[in-house]
Amino acid sequence: MREDSVLDALEAEAIHIFRETAAAFRNPVLLYSIGKDSSVLLHLAVKAFAPAPIPMPVMHIDTTWKFREMIEFRDRRAKELDLDLRIATNHEAIAEGVTPFTHGTHEYTRLMKTVALREGLDKYGFDAAIGGARRDEERSRAKERIFSLREPGHRWDARKQRPEFWRTTNTRLSEGQTMRAFPISNWTEMDVWNYIRRENIDIVDLYFARPRPVVDRDGVWIMADDERLPLAEGEEPQMRSVRFRTLGCYPLSGAVESEAADIDTLIDEMSQSKISERAGRLIDGEGGGSMESKKAEGYF
Amino acid sequence: MTAVAQEIQVLDRASEARSAVLRMVACGSVDDGKSTLIGRMLAETDSVPIDQLEYARRTRRGGSTIPVGEIDYSLLTDGLEAEREQGITIDVAYRHMDLPSSRRVIIADAPGHEQYTRNMAVAASTADVAVLLVDAARGLRPQTFRHLTVCALMGVTSIVVAINKMDLVGYEHATYEELSGGIRAAAARLGIDEVTVIPVSAMSGANVIESSSPDMPWYSGGSVLDALVNWEPVDEAKTAPFRLPVQMISRASSNFRGYSGTIASGEVRVGDDVVIADSGVTASVDRIVTADGDWPAASAGQAVTLLLDREVDITRGDLLCHKGAAATQPADRFAADLVWIGEEPLAHGRSYLVYVGPRVIPATVTAVRHRLDVVTGHHDAARVLEMNDIGRVELATDTPIPLDEYETCRDSGGFLLVDRVSSDTVAAGLTRHAMRRAFNVTPHDYAVDRDARMRLKGHDGKAIWLTGLSGAGKSTVADATAAMLHAQGVHTYVLDGDNVRTGLNRDLGFTPEDRAENVRRVAEVAKLMVDAGLVVIIALVSPYRADRRSARSIFEEGEFLEVFIDTPLEVAQERDPKGLYAKAAKGTLPNMTGVGQEYEPPERADVHLDGTADVAQSAEKLARAVLGE
Repeated sequence: MREDSVLDALEAEAIHIFRETAAAFRNPVLLYSIGKDSSVLLHLAVKAFAPAPIPMPVMHIDTTWKFREMIEFRDRRAKELDLDLRIATNHEAIAEGVTPFTHGTHEYTRLMKTVALREGLDKYGFDAAIGGARRDEERSRAKERIFSLREPGHRWDARKQRPEFWRTTNTRLSEGQTMRAFPISNWTEMDVWNYIRRENIDIVDLYFARPRPVVDRDGVWIMADDERLPLAEGEEPQMRSVRFRTLGCYPLSGAVESEAADIDTLIDEMSQSKISERAGRLIDGEGGGSMESKKAEGYF
Repeated sequence: MTAVAQEIQVLDRASEARSAVLRMVACGSVDDGKSTLIGRMLAETDSVPIDQLEYARRTRRGGSTIPVGEIDYSLLTDGLEAEREQGITIDVAYRHMDLPSSRRVIIADAPGHEQYTRNMAVAASTADVAVLLVDAARGLRPQTFRHLTVCALMGVTSIVVAINKMDLVGYEHATYEELSGGIRAAAARLGIDEVTVIPVSAMSGANVIESSSPDMPWYSGGSVLDALVNWEPVDEAKTAPFRLPVQMISRASSNFRGYSGTIASGEVRVGDDVVIADSGVTASVDRIVTADGDWPAASAGQAVTLLLDREVDITRGDLLCHKGAAATQPADRFAADLVWIGEEPLAHGRSYLVYVGPRVIPATVTAVRHRLDVVTGHHDAARVLEMNDIGRVELATDTPIPLDEYETCRDSGGFLLVDRVSSDTVAAGLTRHAMRRAFNVTPHDYAVDRDARMRLKGHDGKAIWLTGLSGAGKSTVADATAAMLHAQGVHTYVLDGDNVRTGLNRDLGFTPEDRAENVRRVAEVAKLMVDAGLVVIIALVSPYRADRRSARSIFEEGEFLEVFIDTPLEVAQERDPKGLYAKAAKGTLPNMTGVGQEYEPPERADVHLDGTADVAQSAEKLARAVLGE
């Protein structure tokens, strides 16, 4: 079947990138966001190094606003796979009272994700970080390299990106430079779902439709995952059958109404809808090139 | 399942994976309608999410004449913020398209103007098919030939030419035929065997998706999309030589030592005899391990781990081949084409790092033979390569490495040159052939060796390289020096440029490339004579530093003396012993050194002789230098 053949080719390419990163860098790390793409990455990492264990630590950038189910899932998987899990959080910002409600999504993301990531990488001295970015996610991602160079301070500079020929990668770093590697660059969202089904990959249950307590915020369903979600006078979360296409901080992740309670119906539903997944992410919606400006600051 | 059935299954699966993903490079400038063509294909194959389609309906670029509400297809392939602001495109973008046959197309879109060659080369380096746009109204332009040349160079042999904007030429059959003929002739010259030429209107959609356009009843071929659907890879896995560049050593346990990597070419089976091309050590394949269990065989594109039947020394970067004639022989000098992408020009004699797959090794570019005019295909004289130049060079690696010819395998024959200081990639290289094999011509050990010959003669062999303008006095000084040395019992021989050109090198002319080859051959002959124990005095204009540096590089330290016969051009012209300057003045000798071509004096000659001084004095000075006095 063609679909399987496409996945075979994409899988082999991803394994190649994993091995290259593990072998060519001094101290690489696998970034793990608990989402579906991260679950696929983790699975690919297992396959790339089998029968040996994953030879690098796994780092989660924890904003402390993730869905509770995500954190439970993360800790369970870390135990099952015997991962060397590192958690990076911007405690300073939390102490200063930064929340998604008080600081606006751009500033919140900068402090809790971008700054936390930079600090986490610096703290452990990681020189390469593997992430799950895909070229189909967003228009400016189409130009992202598989091996993406970051300047000192983790800045991304469009003009410094190295051209990529064949399967050969210039993995050399000058003082202060680090690398990001994206093994699933060439995958589409549908590839990710098909691969999850084919390989029977464990993912957080939030991706499947379940009755969940949600409130309507500007036409987007936000889940009241804990008591920290501020409710308006008289506002009452209502139970709706919803699922999430992308997972992040619960106050910033919009749910869609759905009946897809298992992977087969979910894939069916996905093939019908043609809205790009990041359209449901609140953090990308600020101006045409906001992903790019975030990347320039060091966002993944 | 039997072992044979399982083997067939694994190899079929690999073959299907190679066919399921088509890598395509899109070439042609924005004016040719490339963005519109790609955008339309993406939209009509449902490869674009609806919110992005909405964006292309609502948003308008300045100067756009497309009414709001209709899709501006060119916006679907839009990229970076900075580009949108400045109206330029910076780099290669990758997009995916799903064909009705479930084939995945990964489109490398290489826009850009000044950086065109660089971007094209990147995009074409992994491409199976190139879609090249030609504007029917404007016809074949230099840009068209540039695209074709870069495609041919990077190994893209399947080309789909879309003659676009047929609506602007009234859908005329004759226009199509004329352009088609021109393209086919150019492609044939470049050795591209597969060309499909399709008349198209990206704006109206004619022959983009559907192949029957009422406006062009004379065209019975398929659409651009059909060409991508019908493409089948030339599946060479069965016949191509096996290559596995080792990425990492896997040590799952104390008794598990695996060699992991992606098969770059060919196929391998359990039980096959393999050789580590670097060391020549052989072993046989014990197991092919994957996360999905052991396989009986594996082929190109698959990422596997090999276990061998005995302990051998293999490190990251080593190349595994089948034992025998198909194995790559290590060499330390190569002829290669470089696509120069660094901001600083290629520096002669500077050491770079060569990256070939997982291998990293220091190397020096010892000579530039020529620069390729990508429009005409001509080889131009050049001694430097600047950004976006493509040129033929000679490369010397610090130690011998098994580098394949690019045609044999892109992954083990293509390489990057990396600057040691900035860590930037400054060039992409395509190995053309090895110039000096290290292992396959194993020098035979003779009882009478070089040392024995030298003992008998009572002196060392040496190469004395006299360089200078024609008429500088090289032959005269060589003759006088040889006589002086001979009188002292030294065995000499004079290799004179003119004499060599009547025999060994009579096929060579005076272009920079031919001069480089002339120098190379003379140096090799001199090397043999030095080995025989002679003091060889070479009298050769050899105007280029790079060529002389190449000559020196094949000799041992202290065996080679570069001697500059320094004579002002006016004096040489005055002497004109062969009447060459007179001919050059009449214009009948365009490549005359000092007139039509430059002479590069040595920066630091071992011996510097004033060409206007007394010959006997010069000869004596030189003879003393030769004898180490």
